[in-house]
Amino acid sequence: MPAETLSANADLYDAGLTSFASVQLMLGLEDAFDVEFPEHMLNRKTFSSIAAIENSISEIMRAAA
Amino acid sequence: MSNASAKIAHLTAPRQRLAAALEIARLHADDLDRQGRFPHEAIEGLKKARLLGVMIPAECGGEGASLADVVDMCGALGQACASTAMIFAMHHIKVSSLVTHGLDSLWHRAFMKRVADEQLLVGSATTEGGIGGDVRNSICAIDRDGDEFTLTKAANVISYGLNADAIMVTARRNAEAASSDQVMAVVERNQYTLEMTIPWDTLGMRGTCSEGFLLKCKAPSNQIFPHAFAEIAAQSMLAMSHLMWAGVWFGIAADATTRAQNYLRAEARKKPGSTPPAAVRLAETFVLLQEMKSVIMTGIAGYEHAKLNEDILSSVGFSISMNNIKIATSQAVSDIVRSAMMITGISGYRTGGKFSVSRHMRDSLSAAIMVNNDRIIANTSNLTLVSKYDTNLVA
Repeated sequence: MPAETLSANADLYDAGLTSFASVQLMLGLEDAFDVEFPEHMLNRKTFSSIAAIENSISEIMRAAA
Repeated sequence: MSNASAKIAHLTAPRQRLAAALEIARLHADDLDRQGRFPHEAIEGLKKARLLGVMIPAECGGEGASLADVVDMCGALGQACASTAMIFAMHHIKVSSLVTHGLDSLWHRAFMKRVADEQLLVGSATTEGGIGGDVRNSICAIDRDGDEFTLTKAANVISYGLNADAIMVTARRNAEAASSDQVMAVVERNQYTLEMTIPWDTLGMRGTCSEGFLLKCKAPSNQIFPHAFAEIAAQSMLAMSHLMWAGVWFGIAADATTRAQNYLRAEARKKPGSTPPAAVRLAETFVLLQEMKSVIMTGIAGYEHAKLNEDILSSVGFSISMNNIKIATSQAVSDIVRSAMMITGISGYRTGGKFSVSRHMRDSLSAAIMVNNDRIIANTSNLTLVSKYDTNLVA
């Protein structure tokens, strides 16, 4: 499914995101943003929408800054 | 059963009421294993003891029994008859979905009341031909028409399908939904037909009658759970199924160990003053049994802690720890039974007799197969790439 067809708040799990894919997504994000997701963020909610991912990344970057 | 006698039944604790059903289960265990038939007598006994609705909250007609209570009963039943215990466990996994995710739905509340009042046995149709045991994907889809829905599912396993009073079935939310965008619905016996497609003639667990069926149902749409199946699976089903199954497997392991101990004791009596050589093996088996028990009891405590916090419940670390319980206990049960067979020797290898552990052996081998350990480990391996192990020794 192309990302541009999803709104920022669309439920990624409803769009077909699996738990396997969410880990792969997370590894991709860690590589792209040069961050490491802390244990407390490793849950369903963190990857539930594009907006949720954006919030998580900003939070990690704020904590690192 | 009248309301008055139901009230009397509730005066004693569930575990005490189980005693009579345990005797019945033990009495028929070998026969249903040989015939590969449903444990009618034992399930009737469980219904008579009013034990099918214990987990349902009192406000919906049950007794609000805890997960620990149910796992303990699974273990006790597992010592008597593994097939009966597994049916009891699978029924309660379904009931736990109602208890955890059905309280805010009028229909599901009313259904819970009926499960408790009428002692309904609830089955499950979560696996599907073409997908196999991966319960988190469906091919079939709900087809809504007004206030009703229809659904046809090629279910390759519906345990005790022909003896269930209702079945919980998963499907895609609608024809357009992704394979993982699932819902779960409760359908009652008069709302579905079952056409058997795959018989159940297996090595062990022969009494669960986990045949394959073509399930066709038509029911009111309000029988679909309001919560997504993804939520139900992650927040209650995963933990409940692994812990309740583990209880059953512990029961199998415990009874095999008891038989081995009885055998050794009889041997020792014949030669006073000397310890039989296999006594060392029994001591080692006790170690394994204790490990298994610890894994289950910490798992229950872990769930009770996690259920208060949705973030923990849906965390990667929690999924890994629940998966690990399944892997650890399903392997332990076979190891323990094998050890018991080495101790009991030819008496244990024989079918039947008070020292036989051959049924235990066959039943135990199902543990690694049902929700295949290889698939669980493959899922977990993806998660362990990123999740750090919780090394705290306090909860």
